[in-house]
Amino acid sequence: MVVSTSTDAGRPETAAPTPPAIQLNGISKAFGPVQANKNISMTVAKGSIHGIVGENGAGKSTLMSILYGFYKADAGEVFINGNKVNITDSHAAIAAGIGMVHQHFMLVEPFTVLENVVMGAEDGRLLKPSLNKARATLKQLAEDYELDVDPDAIVGELSVGFQQRVEILKALYRQADILILDEPTGVLTPAEADHLFRILRNLKAQGKTIILITHKLREIMDATDSVSVMRRGQMTETIATNTTSPEDLAEKMVGRRVLLEVTKTPANPGDVVLEISGLNVVDSQGVKKLKDINLTLRAGEILGVAGVAGNGQSELLEVLGGIRAATSGVVKMLGEAIDTSPKANAGKRRARGIGHIPEDRHRRGLVMNFMAWENAALGYHNKPEFKGRFGLHNQRAMREDARGKIERFDIRPPNENLKASNFSGGNQQKIVVAREIEANPDVLLIGQPTRGVDIGAIEFIHQQIIHLRDAGKAILLVSVELDEIQSLSDRIVVMFDGVIQGERLPENTDERELGLMMAGAIKETAP
Amino acid sequence: MNSTLPKWADIILIPLLNLALALLIAGLVVVFIGEDPLRALQLIIQGAFAPWGIGFTLYYTTNFIFTGLAVAVAFHARLFNIGGEGQAAIAGVGVALVCLAFDWPHWSIALLAAMLGGMLFGAGWAAIPAYLHAKRGSHIVITTIMFNLIAASLINFLLVGPMQAPGMAPESSSFPAGASLPTLHDMLAVIGVAFDKNAPVNVSLFIALAACVLVWLLVWKSRLGFELRALGHSEKAAVYAGISPLRITMIAMLISGALAGLLAINTVMGEAERLVLDAVQGAGFVGIAVALMGRNHPLGVLLAAFLFGILYQGGSELAFEMPGISREMIVVIQGLVIMFTGSLENLVRMPVTRLFTRLKRRPI
Repeated sequence: MVVSTSTDAGRPETAAPTPPAIQLNGISKAFGPVQANKNISMTVAKGSIHGIVGENGAGKSTLMSILYGFYKADAGEVFINGNKVNITDSHAAIAAGIGMVHQHFMLVEPFTVLENVVMGAEDGRLLKPSLNKARATLKQLAEDYELDVDPDAIVGELSVGFQQRVEILKALYRQADILILDEPTGVLTPAEADHLFRILRNLKAQGKTIILITHKLREIMDATDSVSVMRRGQMTETIATNTTSPEDLAEKMVGRRVLLEVTKTPANPGDVVLEISGLNVVDSQGVKKLKDINLTLRAGEILGVAGVAGNGQSELLEVLGGIRAATSGVVKMLGEAIDTSPKANAGKRRARGIGHIPEDRHRRGLVMNFMAWENAALGYHNKPEFKGRFGLHNQRAMREDARGKIERFDIRPPNENLKASNFSGGNQQKIVVAREIEANPDVLLIGQPTRGVDIGAIEFIHQQIIHLRDAGKAILLVSVELDEIQSLSDRIVVMFDGVIQGERLPENTDERELGLMMAGAIKETAP
Repeated sequence: MNSTLPKWADIILIPLLNLALALLIAGLVVVFIGEDPLRALQLIIQGAFAPWGIGFTLYYTTNFIFTGLAVAVAFHARLFNIGGEGQAAIAGVGVALVCLAFDWPHWSIALLAAMLGGMLFGAGWAAIPAYLHAKRGSHIVITTIMFNLIAASLINFLLVGPMQAPGMAPESSSFPAGASLPTLHDMLAVIGVAFDKNAPVNVSLFIALAACVLVWLLVWKSRLGFELRALGHSEKAAVYAGISPLRITMIAMLISGALAGLLAINTVMGEAERLVLDAVQGAGFVGIAVALMGRNHPLGVLLAAFLFGILYQGGSELAFEMPGISREMIVVIQGLVIMFTGSLENLVRMPVTRLFTRLKRRPI
């Protein structure tokens, strides 16, 4: 592939006057019986930022995968800058000037930034000339777009925000005019996200076209010029961003009115239920994941733990949930110490009244190959009601129990004999939430309750969490969604690098302050 | 993918198509050898089902049910127990020790005791690789294969040493008459049905059938089975659910080894009536193919075991009748069946799934 040091967006254009950067006509794609994309047409103007919103499974990813050559459309045409193109694989996409920044980065961590950028786009057999050329290009790109990254840094040692910049640089180095970003802010602190959007605006100013896929409606409102809404495989609407509002977009996505704001009454905290003191965790590689954590959790309150993913929140949940051993420290439940040694068992935690909605429902919270009724009992499968004779299960009671949960939590489709993998993300999460809430725990550990969950289900799950709090239960909520933490929590602590950075009341703080704490910029001992 | 295929197609149609393909290729091989494939097939069927053959077919079937179930149970916990061969061989020692210990008053008591002995020794031989796998991370495929070799050497040692009967032959003393199991001939004679007197098929067949039912109950109906399958599908989810991977791995492998061990009831106690070298005759390995083809379901294992019983018995008839075809040829056919039902599964599955999706969509 030809690499040039020029950074302007100019590309030979055959048709005048300025055809749209992307034009999709009647794109359809089916996976077996599932119609993922139905007759989708979309036009994105050159030099604009275009958002695509939709619930999980609405077909956003499929559409972008078609555009990037991962899937082949069953029907439909793609025009780039007015020219019909046939994108058969990602090489063709790159040749057509399309670059993609994936949600999960595609980087070789032990390589340097420069090596990652050049990889796959080297010219000639010797590496040196390519690297030199790339070094010059990167310098230019950094100046043009505020995209500065040390070209000789090892990618694995960079923060996530910088790794993302490397991904963008990779695309730009390959002369992408169109940049697709898939959920780019999921792993960023608010400050990093702000910087990203600054970069995107710079790119736009230079004539690049950007497609932004996100479920955060506020980002759509802040950053995009126009937005397309997808629902059930169809593109229902494309509108100018300044003519809509988050509430309006949510309604268009779900097809009904949605409450974005959580309504709750002030908390009425009771006695201390869970007391964590001096908790430390060192992982198998010798990395300190939790450093001297002290927390108290009272009955009838929601304690939110904010932080960028990977700063120790997962380990905290796992230790409390009995899945991971603590290196040192004491956890007391109602004044009595609980086992945090390697012998700890999640089943015993449940018996002590500690429920757990895990962060990763696909691998932890559910057995995907189990049917809904089996999953509805997972972890509680040895309770007396489910015991039959001779060590058998009373499957009739288990199915009955699952049917009740399905009805009360409005899990769809209402069929306890479907495998968990056949439910949508939101309904899978409802199975987990129903199981843990109906076990009536004194303490409920909740990790990322609404990750990958559609808006309608988010509303429902939030309500359930607040009901549980109002019933006098103690709730520890871990989420990387700052909005969620702010709207649900009665108290907020922020974690950074395994340390509690400080505690705030939601009414006395704002996103900016929490964001700084999440980045480790403000640190103080808890009051 | 399973959601688009009806259950009957998944369980019956696809294995049958795989089998047909295997036979087709085997037929071509027969043609290349210069023999008539249709006559070969006829000889196999005849050899397996003739009055003088069916008793042998069922005898082999019994073996394959035990080893097939052994592989299937372990596989539900995602443990690939390749060690059925060794576990069954060592179980033979247990059965022989029990049978030789007393002058048993009645075969039924001897059978119960020998079953316990066989299961205990089989499970014990599986326990070491299981522990190493669960606790030390030594992969169970490697350790069980190595344990097969150790078992073979151990039997060799025992039969030319401590357990050898007076004389030159590497075998133990014959079991006392009280430990002689009734054959199917004996049992059918009671209700006045004639059956081949020389056939080795014996009461173990019914134990094998009962084992199918018990394994079905264990895997899909019991609390232990729930934990076993949970661990098999997702270790992370199992730990989250309070299930101990060490405990379930051990239990699954002990059950697996015990099932493989029951094979010794059929061969050592039922047929040879003494411990001989190579009492297992590769049934441990055939069990892997049986479990693969039977999709780890007891009913599937039963049917696949019967099929392999037919191939074994019919195959030896074929080798006898058709000089051009050696016993190795039967191994080729078995290999083809394993290949088509196991590793080339998607060859048939994908087009069939596509066909069904198309058929389903048409009425809309």
